[in-house]
Amino acid sequence: MPFVEEYVDVAVVGAGHAGCEAALACARLGLETVVFTVSVDSIALMPCNPNIGGSSKGHLVRELDALGGEMGRVIDRTFIQSKMLNVSKGPAVHSLRAQADKAEYSRAMRMVLEETDRLQIVQGEVTEILTEDGKAAGVRLYSGAVYHARAVILCTGTYLKARCIYGDVSSYTGPNGLQAANHLTDSLKALGIEMYRFKTGTPARIDGRTIDYSRMEEQKGDERIVPFSFTTDPETVQIPQVSCWLTYTSEATHEIIRSSLDRSPLYSGAIEGTGPRYCPSIEDKVVRFADKERHQVFIEPEGRYTSEMYVGGMSSSLPEDVQHAMYHSVPGLEHAKIVRNAYAIEYDCINPQQLAPTLEFKKIKGLFSGGQFNGSSGYEEAACQGLVAGINAAMELLGREQIIIDRSQAYIGVLIDDLVTKENHEPYRMMTSRSEYRLLLRQDNADQRLTPLGYEVGLISKERYEKLLWKKEQIRQEKERLEKIMTGANAITQAFLERYKSTGLKTAASLAEILRRPEMKYEYLKEIDARMPDLPAEVTEQVEIDIKYDGYIRRQLKQVEQFRRMEQKKIPEDLDYDEIPSLRLEAVQKLKLCKPVSIGQASRISGVSPADISVLLIWLEQKKNKSGESLWKKN
Amino acid sequence: MKSDTIAAVATGMTGAGIGVVRISGEEAIEIAEQIFHPAKEGKKLTEQKTYTMHYGTIVDGEEILDEVILLLMKAPHSYTAEDTVEIDCHGGSYVMKRILELVIRTGARAAEPGEFTRRAFLNGRIDLSQAEAVMDIIQAKNEHALRSSVRQLKGSVLRLIQKLREQILYEIAFIESALDDPEHVSLEGYPGRLGEKVDNLLKETGVLLIRAEQGRILKEGIRTVIIGKPNAGKSSLLNVLTGEARAIVTEIPGTTRDVLEEQVRIGGLILDVVDTAGIRRTEDLVEKIGVDRAKESLKDADLVLYVVDSSTPLDENDREIMELLKDQRVIVLLNKTDLPMETAPEMVEEILAVPTVAFSAKEETGLDVLEELLEEMFLDGKAVFDDEACLTSVRHRAAMEEAEESLKKVAESIALGMPEDFYFIDLTDAYEALGRILGESMGEDLVNEIFGKFCMGK
Repeated sequence: MPFVEEYVDVAVVGAGHAGCEAALACARLGLETVVFTVSVDSIALMPCNPNIGGSSKGHLVRELDALGGEMGRVIDRTFIQSKMLNVSKGPAVHSLRAQADKAEYSRAMRMVLEETDRLQIVQGEVTEILTEDGKAAGVRLYSGAVYHARAVILCTGTYLKARCIYGDVSSYTGPNGLQAANHLTDSLKALGIEMYRFKTGTPARIDGRTIDYSRMEEQKGDERIVPFSFTTDPETVQIPQVSCWLTYTSEATHEIIRSSLDRSPLYSGAIEGTGPRYCPSIEDKVVRFADKERHQVFIEPEGRYTSEMYVGGMSSSLPEDVQHAMYHSVPGLEHAKIVRNAYAIEYDCINPQQLAPTLEFKKIKGLFSGGQFNGSSGYEEAACQGLVAGINAAMELLGREQIIIDRSQAYIGVLIDDLVTKENHEPYRMMTSRSEYRLLLRQDNADQRLTPLGYEVGLISKERYEKLLWKKEQIRQEKERLEKIMTGANAITQAFLERYKSTGLKTAASLAEILRRPEMKYEYLKEIDARMPDLPAEVTEQVEIDIKYDGYIRRQLKQVEQFRRMEQKKIPEDLDYDEIPSLRLEAVQKLKLCKPVSIGQASRISGVSPADISVLLIWLEQKKNKSGESLWKKN
Repeated sequence: MKSDTIAAVATGMTGAGIGVVRISGEEAIEIAEQIFHPAKEGKKLTEQKTYTMHYGTIVDGEEILDEVILLLMKAPHSYTAEDTVEIDCHGGSYVMKRILELVIRTGARAAEPGEFTRRAFLNGRIDLSQAEAVMDIIQAKNEHALRSSVRQLKGSVLRLIQKLREQILYEIAFIESALDDPEHVSLEGYPGRLGEKVDNLLKETGVLLIRAEQGRILKEGIRTVIIGKPNAGKSSLLNVLTGEARAIVTEIPGTTRDVLEEQVRIGGLILDVVDTAGIRRTEDLVEKIGVDRAKESLKDADLVLYVVDSSTPLDENDREIMELLKDQRVIVLLNKTDLPMETAPEMVEEILAVPTVAFSAKEETGLDVLEELLEEMFLDGKAVFDDEACLTSVRHRAAMEEAEESLKKVAESIALGMPEDFYFIDLTDAYEALGRILGESMGEDLVNEIFGKFCMGK
């Protein structure tokens, strides 16, 4: 039978947040790219919460932007409210979160795709991954069409064999009633890929006209808005914002839920997938935190041009009638009309330990993956993986070295390392506590950490890179100046210190020393610093943080140095763990599955003990002696 | 701050008199330089060649701990392929432990079981045959070392440390959940609450460290210094206690010039006795060294036995000695009660409010009273000395001290008004330090605790 046959460089399966970034990266790096989606109208869809960023996720978006990704720029153009979280805490945990106009966000991202050269959008369901000699060679569509490609990137999100459930109603669809992808799993299994089944959920959407806001607290955005992208002019984002609203569940809500638990598919066993602990359904919260009298409920707008409101905090898979009663028991929602029910969704994804830290399948060269398909959750996590998978697919086709971002460089590194190294039994969400070196991995310095890499890869323009170099130089000079300039214990200084409730000086001190005091701020210093240069805010912010937290930063840098030493000890790809005597069986199994690239990564695998690491090191040393070459650099 | 230089007793804490303390890492030579006084004045270790030996003493402040031979090996020509210093000590296990403690205080950290070997492998110092041999045993060795060190912790102390860790983890998880989900979990008023909790935790680590000290006393003996005017009968006392004529006893004042060390058992207690040259003003330089040492050894003493010749009146020398003893735990032994008494207990007690025992070294009377007094003083009639409640290993103690130090830093950060996320750093250090005692690391503990205890998210 005749069928369409095309030749491209890269085929991206799925056009969600991971797929969009992957496709854009490949096309921008000069490769002919095709991206497949079950519906062109669902490109960059936000089927769950209407916001981007948040604690640690805001970091991810800034990092993505610093590397040359798109999400930050698109949300800067389509947000309707913005807030910097944790501002009362240290600079490392400040995190940006924006409410998106969902429809606008999708439309804007789709337009970026459409305007990108070498990027082709195709509506269709991919049913088969084609391989040749153990390498990815293209995809086949449900229609029979074949796209030959030198690299394939899987970003299928929650669509694989998706099933949506509430009560005893279940339908085999993807999110929002979209068509599921029911065939690809079998092709992946045939390639020997191990699959997991995960579950997640979303709350109801309510008609905003039927909400009594007088019973809720208004949640406004920040007065001064900070953009996500380092390329966005801050003046362009100072726009009128819309509000969110806060209310609480009541004892009546909890009673309704408790008396209907037997009708929940979660508790009856109708749902098999593993759900995330950090994103529990409201029935889960009521059961697990029985002593809590009430839970917060955030009412968030879905966009400027719709009255639909998202009910944050109350995702559920209870039957429709229970949902109605439950939402109506919340103050302010007594007469609410529900537009879309809450539901749980089950889907196929992979065990990500089958991936290298480059996000390429260890078994199948040229096959990459990103996003929820890899067992993560969240738009931001997905986008970051999509970008890294896209970059590395491109690097491979261009004959250049693939990139690995490590834990000390970025939250992206933590995210990917956790996914490919640790056992993961639920959708993985980024959290600040997962990062060991977070004082270094701040959202405010993402450009300094990653833009040089983005430039090297080819996604950052020379102009942007040189701007960064200039910024770094200004920071360096100003820090040096503050360390050098001394002020004596004279009357002016003492009066200045007293004004800011700081203790007086006994001997002369540098301006940097004064700035280190917790109550001091950089801007105060100009009162005693006549020659303070007029520097942009992005520079003085870095100067202030670097000086104020110098001691802590240095401690972390030392930890990073030790961490890097273990990362540099590489493990050969073809190492046969069965050959190593006195390695415990459990360790052999774990190591065989994960195939760590370095001793550092091996030491993070759960189930591999320090003793196993010693054994591994000796074995490698022995091999080195046999082959006469060193596996790692001598100190 | 953990340094990357490690130290341990390399020969095992056996009863043998000679042993080796090994220091390895970038700062090994610098650390040794700070505590080693070469016999040849002005010799600098940092300027010496690799594979050289150096004779001298290990000093803690002004106190001489031991006469040693020091072996210097520079990277990569050592077992670990790092700068390494080995200190050959002669002073027995007690002195070795003190030297190790001193090395740790000076900047090294206690080595984990098998860590020297691990570094040796890491740095490519093990050849083929060695590697094969060690490989077969290392696993057993590491696990055994860990098991045996955990086995040292029994019952109450194990539970105490676990409880401490649980409390710390709860606080870390609380802070983290608030940072991850600031709209659900509030830190309002939290620093004050944490401050109180940290104070309580510090009390508990304090108790554990005191118990560690008591455990040391029980295991290694009470560091006891015998002091008194020349010829008051100090050496005779020692001889009575040991039942041997070890110290040279003569009628000539100042005969005992060296500090002698002896272990004596009295009832259920061990005294680690140092006999000193009699304290008195002296022009004799050689003797002066002995006097200075005596003063120095008072610093570390758990107990001072002050021997007074009761057949002569108290004089200026006695008053000077008693001045030295003001802040010490002292028992006064009124010796020579076989002779007519010139100095009565009351006369001593007037100056120094401490118990006195009438005693005769010659007739060996008064020992039973001394024994009772010691048990009252150190055993307190109660089971504080329960072996199970003590941290006996140097590694455990060092880890506990590290945990205490980190908790203090948390208190400091709270006092300074640092943002809450900074507490995380030191709380985590404390948690990890306590974990090293139990052989556990953070791993997935934190994430599990956050999800288990705090309600988060959409």
